[in-house]
Amino acid sequence: MSTSTSYEAKFRVWRGDADSGELRDFTIEVNEGEVVLDIIHRLQATQAPDLAVRWNCKAGKCGSCSAEINGRPRLMCMTRMSLFAPEDTITVTPLRTFPVIRDLVTDVEFNYRKAREIPAFVPPAGLAPGEYRMRQEDVGRSQEFRKCIECFLCQDVCHVVRDHEENKQAFAGPRFLMRMAELDMHPLDEASREGLDRQRAVQEEHGLGFCNITKCCTEVCPESIKITDNALIPMKERAVDRKYDPLVWLGSKIRRRRSD
Amino acid sequence: MSTVERQSWDVVVVGAGGAGLRAAIEAREQGLRTAVICKSLFGKAHTVMAEGGIAASMGNVNAGDNWQVHFRDTMRGGKFLNHWRMAELHAKEAPDRVWELETWGALFDRTPDGRISQRNFGGHEYPRLAHVGDRTGLELIRTLQQRVVALQQQDFRETGDYEARLKVFQECTVTRILTEEPPGDGAGEPRVAGVFGYARESGTFFVVEAPAVVLATGGIGKSFKVTSNSWEYTGDGHALALLAGASLVNMEFVQFHPTGMVWPPSVKGILVTESVRGDGGVLRNSEGRRFMFDYIPDVFRSQYAQDEAEGDRWYQDPDHNRRPPELLPRDEVARAINAEVKAGRGSPHGGVFLDVSSRLPAEEITRRLPSMHHQFKQLADVDITREPMEVGPTCHYVMGGVDVDPDTAAATGVAGLFAAGEVAGGMHGSNRLGGNSLSDLLVFGRRAGLYAARYAAAFTGGEGVGATAARPAAPEAQVEAAVAEALAPFEAAAREGGGGGEDTGGSENPYAVHQALQQTMNDLVGIIRRESEMAEALRRLAELRDRALRVAVEGHRQYNPGWHLAMDLRNMLLVSECVALAAKERTESRGGHTRDDFPRMDREWRRVNLLCSLRPGGGRVGLTRRELPPMRGDLLGLFEKEELAKYLTDEELTAR
Amino acid sequence: MATQTPSRTSQAGRRAAIAERHLRVDRWWLSPAITVVALLAFVVYATWRAFANADYYAAPYVSPFYSPCLADNCEEMRGGANWALFGDWWGLSPALIFLGLPLGFRLTCYYYRKAYYRSFWASPPACAVAEPHSSYSGERRFPLILNNSHRYFFYASAAIALILTWDAVLGFRDEDYSWGHAGLGTLIQLVNIALVWAYTLSCHSCRHIMGGRLKSFSTHPVRYRMWTFVSRLNGRHMALAWASLTSLALTDLYVYLLATDVFSDPRLF
Repeated sequence: MSTSTSYEAKFRVWRGDADSGELRDFTIEVNEGEVVLDIIHRLQATQAPDLAVRWNCKAGKCGSCSAEINGRPRLMCMTRMSLFAPEDTITVTPLRTFPVIRDLVTDVEFNYRKAREIPAFVPPAGLAPGEYRMRQEDVGRSQEFRKCIECFLCQDVCHVVRDHEENKQAFAGPRFLMRMAELDMHPLDEASREGLDRQRAVQEEHGLGFCNITKCCTEVCPESIKITDNALIPMKERAVDRKYDPLVWLGSKIRRRRSD
Repeated sequence: MSTVERQSWDVVVVGAGGAGLRAAIEAREQGLRTAVICKSLFGKAHTVMAEGGIAASMGNVNAGDNWQVHFRDTMRGGKFLNHWRMAELHAKEAPDRVWELETWGALFDRTPDGRISQRNFGGHEYPRLAHVGDRTGLELIRTLQQRVVALQQQDFRETGDYEARLKVFQECTVTRILTEEPPGDGAGEPRVAGVFGYARESGTFFVVEAPAVVLATGGIGKSFKVTSNSWEYTGDGHALALLAGASLVNMEFVQFHPTGMVWPPSVKGILVTESVRGDGGVLRNSEGRRFMFDYIPDVFRSQYAQDEAEGDRWYQDPDHNRRPPELLPRDEVARAINAEVKAGRGSPHGGVFLDVSSRLPAEEITRRLPSMHHQFKQLADVDITREPMEVGPTCHYVMGGVDVDPDTAAATGVAGLFAAGEVAGGMHGSNRLGGNSLSDLLVFGRRAGLYAARYAAAFTGGEGVGATAARPAAPEAQVEAAVAEALAPFEAAAREGGGGGEDTGGSENPYAVHQALQQTMNDLVGIIRRESEMAEALRRLAELRDRALRVAVEGHRQYNPGWHLAMDLRNMLLVSECVALAAKERTESRGGHTRDDFPRMDREWRRVNLLCSLRPGGGRVGLTRRELPPMRGDLLGLFEKEELAKYLTDEELTAR
Repeated sequence: MATQTPSRTSQAGRRAAIAERHLRVDRWWLSPAITVVALLAFVVYATWRAFANADYYAAPYVSPFYSPCLADNCEEMRGGANWALFGDWWGLSPALIFLGLPLGFRLTCYYYRKAYYRSFWASPPACAVAEPHSSYSGERRFPLILNNSHRYFFYASAAIALILTWDAVLGFRDEDYSWGHAGLGTLIQLVNIALVWAYTLSCHSCRHIMGGRLKSFSTHPVRYRMWTFVSRLNGRHMALAWASLTSLALTDLYVYLLATDVFSDPRLF
């Protein structure tokens, strides 16, 4: 490969920790075909050996290197430098919604906490391992959601928690509302056997009502999962089935009155 | 001395990939308090990179499949160097391990009648790989992760604490296994007492005391320049086992996956799944020739198509045609590509062409190979539905690993140490078949967890266990030494006092040493090997070892990547030395070990395992030879005599 | 025994101190700005026309803003949905009687919700751009909780779409109500009704009702096929929302221009 395609790029990288920090300017070599993560690694190897960055597979499969590039949540390993003009200044900052640990690394504990609050798959009672029969069309919807690589970009971009820290308690975030959808659409999940009502819980316990379907989760998803259209809105509709359908509502009122 | 946090658990699992999580689930289900320690975030382990599928002879697509056929394929793929007992257990238990995943919520692609669909792969006689598109590894890791969470939810209901019995310490690196030396004059085995490590986020040191440790740290690919492996693959478990007194087996066998991306340079090595070929993709050289037909070795000639027409018919009618040679085991295909490129028939960027665009309709490609489509589109501006990919060999997997008991996964030489997955050796012989890795993780991950739990139960007074033995304890000096070792790079920087220089005795940049190591291994111990080159490699490795001792890092211990790399260097160097030593010793070509100067497979060598272990005192590694146990008669009976004659010595054949 | 992770920095819990409300460098404000302008333009036009109570019928065409016409003060529209259910006490524009239904349908539509939350309420104005509000409760309280009623507006709008379909059929007459003719207006009405149906059927509630609510598709093959069809339309819901909104306004405008004799309908046959 010829070296004529390389150039010096201007980078601004946030450096600091929970106490303080600032955007620092760097000028750094960029070669043809490189992605932002390559440049961050070159910074580490040549100019800032202790620059903290979290990464792993560098192939867009593990979802570790989430950051905000020019203000947009993205995977650093899947953001090609060819997106930018050579004269552009590229700003790289840590995910805003989560506490920062150092430089580009944030504490994503929030997501692991939320994951624990979603009741797991309840296997069908009468079927032994190996006896499961599911058609492709029945698993397709949940399979789309299981493409999720847990990069947490959707959690980062969602304004419900990004702009309102106080909502973190009550709101699971798009990734985990989608997990609820995945389980609710799983053809063999027997949640009811354990007294679980996922359609009700998604609204009452995991904060689906906070979602105002502004679709930023879908916009940033590196796996192109249609989070809003295929998971969140269908769950809202299912919640309507359970909660706002007047006939259902009337029925439950009458039943409650009788049992009083 | 820095403060060291201490905790006590029953079983410690190092690594949270497929094998580690499966082991942890098993140990926890056996009732033991289990801690998992992993370098990345929970759920990000290298297992997510696995694309093709999990090999298990469920017979859903072709009812002719069963464990015996799977066993046979595995042994052939490994050129009969596999530990046959591991291959047997693996073939027998794989289907149960896959079905179990379904009960934990996994959603595999389906057959029309609703069972788990299975796809073709190199070296497998029948369609055998349970898969989810080309993201099977992700499904596996997510399912196990969610199973861990489900168990934690159970514990929460009972105890109010999610982490009462199963806890994941994420972003922590283990640098030493702590052992209790055998009493007396070193006659017995050392016993595991726990692990020492640091939290990457804060740099804090910790000790987790436990009588049983399961290593599940994966491979060693980061010692090579062109690799499909992630940064985590620094051979940690291999080195930890060596340092604790265990041995590594088969380290000369490194698998180069035939199809990695070759362009652009920044993604060189990233995997292109074998499913591309399993689903119809063909390899062509710059002259447009399907060159694989020229490279079918004699041992496989009867099982592969002899012309393109037959190979193409096989996709529709596998019962009456033989498979195309693109689906030969990986070592064969990698060597063929290497030879084509060397002969000047390569693609513009030094690979060959892998073409699926002319073989399948576009929508079929995007349905079956979504992540490949995405990967090439995003990273290389190549639309694989319209144009061929450029691919070349990439370091992918190490067949060698910790020498273990086939049934219990217990490491030989250290009581209480277990190993499963890529870090364990023996199962795959000289070459691993695609799809056998994920099933290996599950089968032996479970076994390691089970036997680690049984071993640890004797020390914890679990239910049904009578007297409780005293837990092994490591001498305090071991912990102090581990702290000193970890802080050495900062000390080196302090000594240097800012007067840096490149001259001898000056401090070293960890990134520079790492790059030199990768270049050395790639150039000298790569896909084709020579005596002289490996001697040179060993000389350079000795140099690098000295340089590594002088590596200096500055700054703080909080999430300091330079420091982390400095500590990983020790492991990569140790493991690389084992690879080079064993590769130099084995004077034949077999599977993932190809010698230019000894191009033939030698039946005498088949019975020999090379074991690499730490020599007492000096801290250097050395080799010993060990004979492979003879295969059981009923397993030998699964093969035709003519086939066995290609691998086994006459002496072995007459003895059966 | 302590089981906390051996780690945790001292200042855990704080976000990176970045003062800027966003660091985007693209024209993120363009899309919400266009939405505001376009929606306002429609609202102004529709309000004028709905209150005008005039020039909404030019035989054989009726403006979609005035069909069905449910009061006594409607113009005579032969064959049309001209039912004086509200009798003669209704003195205002008859459009106001039913327009609330399609309006409600669009107001509670999942696409329009995104559009107006972003553009009018800046919640958020664009992805990763901070919203100006100090608190946020989403669609959990009155009045926004009413957005959950979307499916009932869908039913009502489907009924109205049926009426508009009939109106389009009536367009195959000439101005003397004899059948078998068509003009430019007929074509416009056909395009309009096609877009209105496409928008209505592509709605997320419709997708749910058709099959989305099912747990198993393989046991309901017909509904699965309907769901697949609606899902495909649903992928273009945004485009259909704008296209149908535009076509409604243009159809009305065409009728208005005919009714005010600006020009006469070019006849095709």
